[in-house]
Amino acid sequence: MRIDGPNPYRTDFPILKRSAASGAPLAFLDNAASSQRPASVIESMNEFYRSHYANVHRGIHTLSEEATDRYEQAREIVARFIGAAHHHEIIFSAGTTAAINTVARTWGDANVKSSDTILLTIAEHHANIVPWHQLAERTGCRVEFIPIDEHYDISDDKVIDSLDRLKPKLFAFTACSNTLGVEFPVERWTRFAHDRHCRVLVDAAQWAPHAPINVSKWDVDFLGFSGHKMCGPTGIGVLYGKSELLESMPPFLGGGGMINQVTTSGFTCAGLPDKFEAGTPPIAEAVGLSAAVDYLTKIGLSELHAYESELGGYADARLRQLDGVKVVGPVADRKAGIVSFVVEGVHAHDLSQNLDRFGIAVRAGHHCTMPLHSTLGLTATTRASFYLYNTREEADRLVEGVREIRKRFAPTGRKRRPRQT
Amino acid sequence: MSPSEQDIYEEHVLDHYEDPYHRGVLDVATHSDEGKNPLCGDVIHIDLKLSSDGRIEEAWFEGEGCVISQASASMLVETLEGKTVEEAKEFSADEMLKLFGPRLTPNRQKCCLLSWRVLQSAIHSPVVESEEEAEGPNFSGPSLSEES
Repeated sequence: MRIDGPNPYRTDFPILKRSAASGAPLAFLDNAASSQRPASVIESMNEFYRSHYANVHRGIHTLSEEATDRYEQAREIVARFIGAAHHHEIIFSAGTTAAINTVARTWGDANVKSSDTILLTIAEHHANIVPWHQLAERTGCRVEFIPIDEHYDISDDKVIDSLDRLKPKLFAFTACSNTLGVEFPVERWTRFAHDRHCRVLVDAAQWAPHAPINVSKWDVDFLGFSGHKMCGPTGIGVLYGKSELLESMPPFLGGGGMINQVTTSGFTCAGLPDKFEAGTPPIAEAVGLSAAVDYLTKIGLSELHAYESELGGYADARLRQLDGVKVVGPVADRKAGIVSFVVEGVHAHDLSQNLDRFGIAVRAGHHCTMPLHSTLGLTATTRASFYLYNTREEADRLVEGVREIRKRFAPTGRKRRPRQT
Repeated sequence: MSPSEQDIYEEHVLDHYEDPYHRGVLDVATHSDEGKNPLCGDVIHIDLKLSSDGRIEEAWFEGEGCVISQASASMLVETLEGKTVEEAKEFSADEMLKLFGPRLTPNRQKCCLLSWRVLQSAIHSPVVESEEEAEGPNFSGPSLSEES
């Protein structure tokens, strides 16, 4: 698929038929916040609730067995999707945030001491910063950030230097920045870290929806992502961890499902993956997530990535040509379909509000990356993020919209009228 | 018509944005405070000169941020200058939204109410210590940082 041809996926997404409140046709360019869902995902959950739903792992009856089958099938589908060696290495969590918090609370609390360092990049979103700040509050460890360079990138040398100098216990980084769109070389950086006996956690929230993952080849220790950014439901995500690490970690949430035996004096823990899935899990959401994985896999993640990069690159190049527009991020050939920008004289929220009148949905603000924005000297940017169903026509509408809005907010020598009293 | 269908950037809003009332620093301020809206990065600083008989003799604002936050601050200081402190305290959030004019969605209401919130706390924030101003703790209002 190329951006100058027809888009074969758009009609799979029922919501894209509607218009914005202004009546303008909807151009949904806020996919990095959350994507839309194809009918196949919505139907898979409906069908599950209509015909197969019961709680999993508990009842000895038809529906419970069918539901358990579907739930465990979903785990196998996800395991294949990310190239995990064992399906019990897939822990269903509420999302990326819950996945990272689980690692911080269990592996972190059990292994990190006051003399240790957690290494992050400055491009992380809050889900991969705050859990480590909280770990630091509990243990006294340090949290250090690798800065980005003038090309909005981080060089291998910088990573190696930081690892050598700081000797971190864990290097936790995003595979793709949700603000800059820059993609980091996960396999290489993981090797650098492992060579120095440092564990690696990869935040794949912005990667899993758009490009192939292979945790075995990458050799990462932990990886997390969310269902809702990849055509799946809200309320579900994945924590991948290597078997031996997950085995060694204490459980996080306690409750039903994660136990082997409970007595009045204590409990023993269930094995993987149940150990980290206390309570009734997101069952229908797992079914929906597996339908989303099926949908994306059928198209092909490499195909998706190429299309989105081309489309994002097209929008990026056109925005750079506009007067008063500054793109915050590397040039197009090194990034995902994410374009953040600032417009001289127009605040991001005013821009976003006015784009909405043209039917264009973008994100305005700090995109949960306040440390990154403050190192760039910015409080807010506007972000357009593309997905498989977006088109070149929508990118053109964005660019024209930005041009018109900038004109509208340019100073014209207005005078305040006297107040009516 | 829903708020997003209506154009919130009415002429009088843009007028206040480009030609604000009393934008700047008041050197003789007796009371002042500053507040932020972390969601947008809006910042508003308000300086007041209160007279001994409890009147707002002068009201000035300084800040940066979106059109809504800056224009609404201009409207607020223009309206409340000359009023008594009691009248200012009684000036409600609803009245602030009415003063602004165009209907706003909840997220944009926070932009509009930033200056109102700062002014309400500035009234209780003397620049220099004086005995008669020990009315109570600073009112800082609800957190606006709801974006995670």
